[in-house]
Amino acid sequence: MKILVMIKQVPDTATQVKIGPDGKAIDTAGITWIVSPYDEYALEEGLRIKEKRGQGEVVAVALGPDRVKEALRSCLAMGADRAIHLNDPAWERADTLMTARALAAAIKQEAPALALFGRQAIDDDMGAVGAAVAELLGWPCASWIMEESVDEAGKAIRVGRQVEGGLELFDLPLPAVVSAQKGLNEPRYPTLKGIMGAKKKEIKDVKAADLGLTAEAPALSVIKLETLPPRPPGRIIQGEAADAAKELVRALREDAKAI
Amino acid sequence: MAGSFWCLVEDDRQGNPKKVMAEVLGEAGRLASQAGGQAEAVWLTDKATEAGIKQLGEWGAKRVLLLENPAFAPYRGEVWAPVLAELCLKESPQAFFGAVTARQREAMARLAARLGAGLSADSTALALEDGTLVATRPVYAGKLLSKMTWAKMPWLATLRPNVFKPADSQQGAVAPVEKPAVTLPAAVMSLVERREDSSTGLPELAEAEIIVSGGRGLKGPENFAILESLAKAIGAAVGASRAAVDAGWRPHRFQIGQTGRTVSPKLYLGFGISGAIQHLAGMRTSKVICAINKDPEAPIFKIADYGIVGDLFEVAPLLEQEFKKLLEK
Ligand SMILES: Cc1cc2nc3c(=O)[nH]c(=O)nc-3n(C[C@H](O)[C@H](O)[C@H](O)COP(=O)(O)OP(=O)(O)OC[C@H]3O[C@@H](n4cnc5c(N)ncnc54)[C@H](O)[C@@H]3O)c2cc1C
Repeated sequence: MKILVMIKQVPDTATQVKIGPDGKAIDTAGITWIVSPYDEYALEEGLRIKEKRGQGEVVAVALGPDRVKEALRSCLAMGADRAIHLNDPAWERADTLMTARALAAAIKQEAPALALFGRQAIDDDMGAVGAAVAELLGWPCASWIMEESVDEAGKAIRVGRQVEGGLELFDLPLPAVVSAQKGLNEPRYPTLKGIMGAKKKEIKDVKAADLGLTAEAPALSVIKLETLPPRPPGRIIQGEAADAAKELVRALREDAKAI
Repeated sequence: MAGSFWCLVEDDRQGNPKKVMAEVLGEAGRLASQAGGQAEAVWLTDKATEAGIKQLGEWGAKRVLLLENPAFAPYRGEVWAPVLAELCLKESPQAFFGAVTARQREAMARLAARLGAGLSADSTALALEDGTLVATRPVYAGKLLSKMTWAKMPWLATLRPNVFKPADSQQGAVAPVEKPAVTLPAAVMSLVERREDSSTGLPELAEAEIIVSGGRGLKGPENFAILESLAKAIGAAVGASRAAVDAGWRPHRFQIGQTGRTVSPKLYLGFGISGAIQHLAGMRTSKVICAINKDPEAPIFKIADYGIVGDLFEVAPLLEQEFKKLLEK
């Protein structure tokens, strides 16, 4: 069974982000990059499916500039068999739709049984690419899954999708798209052997033309990035615990009108 | 119709629109009146109630497009998206808004792909600038705001619950109901079962107006009872930091933050939470933030409106008493 896992390289959340000179993107100088955490859950699940079945192939796919190779390399170190890097200036301003079109075209070429995504990338938090890809491919899709099992024949997947107030268990015929929610698994750390082995694994560069795509105007574009408006300074309520509690409740009612 | 600001109805699966719809319809109505248009509701459901339809009218929907069919429940993207797209192509709405809920964030993403339109997910502000919609979205763990705009209509957006001002209920306002005929695609996914979360008797996290939240400072799962008791007294939901969740003290669904839920209550009370950037990402748009932490240097105090430096085990029960006194008045 072939499994594709779509991953995105994002700034580490602890990194300072500064607005770049054009005011529309961040200044990438000095940023520490990581694989978006939800994508790690997706990759881990892909690896587990393969291990459980005792056969199959896990392919990591990412779209972005040269630096993204490093993220793909760490997926290979975790255990992915090979990687595909969608790397073309045509995708420089890729929005959700353009990204989804590129990934859908790559998935179509590879024809896997399962396309795994993270629930959202933690840079722009749009959380729409997985479902958009499913729509473009005409595949069923379950978002925010907390558990899954693939049937023995490799023809269907049962997933638990997190919804308000509960978990909905669905059967999806394969091929299908699913997106990983935290709680699905605990991603492994790459072993030293994995890291060494990753150097020999293939990362294939794919251009837009290879997928029959050309540059297009984004459907949704950034006008500008802004820093947060400053929050008014807070107030530390001093005094004995009993007095402080009393004063806090008073302030919440009378000053903040929050209760 | 140009000028139509559509709102996808989120319901309680019993035929009533959820409270978040007052916010979505309120915002759609506000923008539509500036654009010389009107807010309209689009409702895909297996059953609608008269009361539910009436509610939509009172929240400002000037028309309800009702699609009532067993095929719409449970939500399945392969059924919903083509139907929504067909409606959009027939009626060309100017905008189509949803709420950030499990099904709507997925349905809207599929619809956007199908229409080749832009989607601003989890928007926290919307405004018309020179006749074009501009959305504001928190990005990079809420450290920056991104202002975004669309290349074409319909402007698709999902709205973060509890952020937008709810519509004032107009008693007696009645929205005409239309039942458009659509092609129903065959469902591909099949529901095996629905497992309900064990009920806490407290409000749902994403919709709660008040959230009491606990972190590693609680020291163990049993101590969440202290927060639950406080929460009961004030009608709050109970959330948790990732440290508390990863320690196994609370189920994942209660985690607030970048890798958990994003919440935006009127009042957020954090107990024994340090305020890591990833936690702030999930609660920073709360209107009033209070922190109770024994460390005066804890970063949460930097964004808190009110803070008490102290032992939560002492302060939480005292707060509960004080809130009770206040609410009994
Ligand atoms: C990729 C990534 C994603 C993440 N996503 C999330 C997320 O979604 N949500 C999230 O919360 N975290 C997330 N984290 C983790 C985050 O970085 C912090 O580790 C976590 O939020 C810390 O939880 P905490 O505040 O409960 O614990 P700590 O940081 O350990 O803080 C405990 C606090 O309790 C106080 N305290 C202790 N005892 C008492 C007492 N008796 N009375 C009062 N105060 C007391 C201490 O002073 C301290 O400030 C993420 C991290 C990464 C790397």
